[in-house]
Amino acid sequence: MSSFNSIVSLEEARRVAIFGGTHGNEMSGVTLVNLWVKNGAEIQRKGVETKPFITNPKAVEKCARYVDTDLNRAFTPENLSAPQGDNQPYEVQRAQEINGIFGPKGSPDAYDVIFDLHNTTSNMGCTLILESSKDHFNLQMMNYIKKAIAPSSCLVLLNEHPLLKYSTSRSIAKHPVGLEVGPQPQGVLRSNIFEAMRVILKHALDFIELFNEGMEFPSCTVEVFRVLERIDYPRDANGNIIAMVHPNLQDCDWEPLNPGDPMFQTFDGKTIRFQGSGTVYPTFINEAAYYEKQQAFVTTRRESLVASSIRKV
Amino acid sequence: MENATFSPVSRVAICGGTHGNEMTGMYVVREMQRQEADQTGSVSITTVISNPRAVEVCRRYTERDLNRCFTKALLSSPITDSTPYEVRRAQEINALLGPKESQEAVDLLCDLHNTTANMGMCLIFYSLDWLTLHIYKYIQSNMTSAPVRALLMSSPKSEAYSLESVAIEVGPQPNGVLRADIFNMAKEAVDHTIEWLHKFNSGSTFEEGEVEAYTVVKSVDYPRDPTTNEITATIHPELQDNDFKLLQPGDPMFLSFSGETVKYEGEDLHPLFINECAYYEKKIAFHLAKKITVTLPSISVKKD
Repeated sequence: MSSFNSIVSLEEARRVAIFGGTHGNEMSGVTLVNLWVKNGAEIQRKGVETKPFITNPKAVEKCARYVDTDLNRAFTPENLSAPQGDNQPYEVQRAQEINGIFGPKGSPDAYDVIFDLHNTTSNMGCTLILESSKDHFNLQMMNYIKKAIAPSSCLVLLNEHPLLKYSTSRSIAKHPVGLEVGPQPQGVLRSNIFEAMRVILKHALDFIELFNEGMEFPSCTVEVFRVLERIDYPRDANGNIIAMVHPNLQDCDWEPLNPGDPMFQTFDGKTIRFQGSGTVYPTFINEAAYYEKQQAFVTTRRESLVASSIRKV
Repeated sequence: MENATFSPVSRVAICGGTHGNEMTGMYVVREMQRQEADQTGSVSITTVISNPRAVEVCRRYTERDLNRCFTKALLSSPITDSTPYEVRRAQEINALLGPKESQEAVDLLCDLHNTTANMGMCLIFYSLDWLTLHIYKYIQSNMTSAPVRALLMSSPKSEAYSLESVAIEVGPQPNGVLRADIFNMAKEAVDHTIEWLHKFNSGSTFEEGEVEAYTVVKSVDYPRDPTTNEITATIHPELQDNDFKLLQPGDPMFLSFSGETVKYEGEDLHPLFINECAYYEKKIAFHLAKKITVTLPSISVKKD
């Protein structure tokens, strides 16, 4: 544990992976990774081995989120330690293979950084997903990226919630970074979304190169949105949804939602209001893939995290 | 033009879920079923979820696109164990709501669809039918929440591969997503349609007038790698979301992954279905249409 004033010394980030197609219908990542597998010049940096990789090729082939089960929930300790075999769901087998190549998760041999490229149907803009508030390397990287793309914005979503946190593909790495860009429909490739993701990755790799060259990054404050809870659609006794995200909330990711504000609208036009005890910042509003995960949106609260000064060992 | 008369329109079908991941139609149909809207005044309404298996898995289709299975050939083909689900289902629906082009068929069939393209509300017709074009005119003059346009498809009715007399296509909406604004628009259009039918059946005359429509002239595919067939460019940001806005020679059309702009060459036309998800596999980046003006006669119900 280090205090604000001391510098955290970290190993160089020598091995970096860029994952696309963790969800086979999220096209920016699939397209970028395929491009870089063919010609990786754009992602090369001095002193870094950067490996572009399609994590779920069968899902990409079908242009589906997954084949048997969501790969981005499959990297649990149980799955990774289970005996390998053909009777496992495809994505569990795949998680084990990926853990073998880029992990093992939790070991010193694991890749230093993994960027996992995702799209969302939600109006989230460019979002970086952080899995630990104590990952100073990632916090500094995210601060660097935010400053580099200003005045365009890139927000940071922190998912450290003990129950809502999940075992992502990127969680194998010492420093997992999720990139979520939207809105984009599944199966569609939008130019603006594609280019935005490409630019963020460029800055992320620049940061790693600078760090590896010995640059010291002074302590800084990073604003994050911390995941609080998942809110489901109102449903009937059979599990069918009985209301839709309200037009006033739709597309308003990251904007304050106050108690009493419209939240859902029934099919015959009635408003259901938010009943929370205080203002929250909703995100992942109306993400296609989350209907089956019982999630209409997640609530977050704004926090400022302090990143310690970092320098390579 | 002389007033045209038609028999009363007493049986209408509203279909949703023809594509299982186009959520609006499914939920409009379910809501109508919940409200038990099967008989209102002079009009009997049949509501159908066209492709329940595709709806179950939230995919466009399971084996074949249902909305391409209503050709004469497929509707009369013998059913064997290897017949794709959607071909079977098309025959079931034809028996329920048709048979197509027979006296027993429903008078009007509205099929609800979504598109990922920024097309607002678009009514799709298969022929210059005065009755359905008057419905379009009525919906357009009563709906202010989004532009309402008409698209005329050119194949003759007997060869029409799809289900409907008229398709109500609303976008933009991603597959698998249900947006309240889009739902409300579609529901409003269906409600106006039924309202119009009541007025028509009870003797109102709908005045002559002119409507604009778009007719598809050709389609443009994405630039592709000749060996792998993978796309090498995406819709240019200046074309993306600009459905119906006139495209002229020299206008940006595609942006390649290496940063080059591919410009449009050809006559001035209106692009539509720009970047529709389901059309990647059909090798269509967008359609190009010309705008026409159709003069409608006044119409009223035939009086015995």
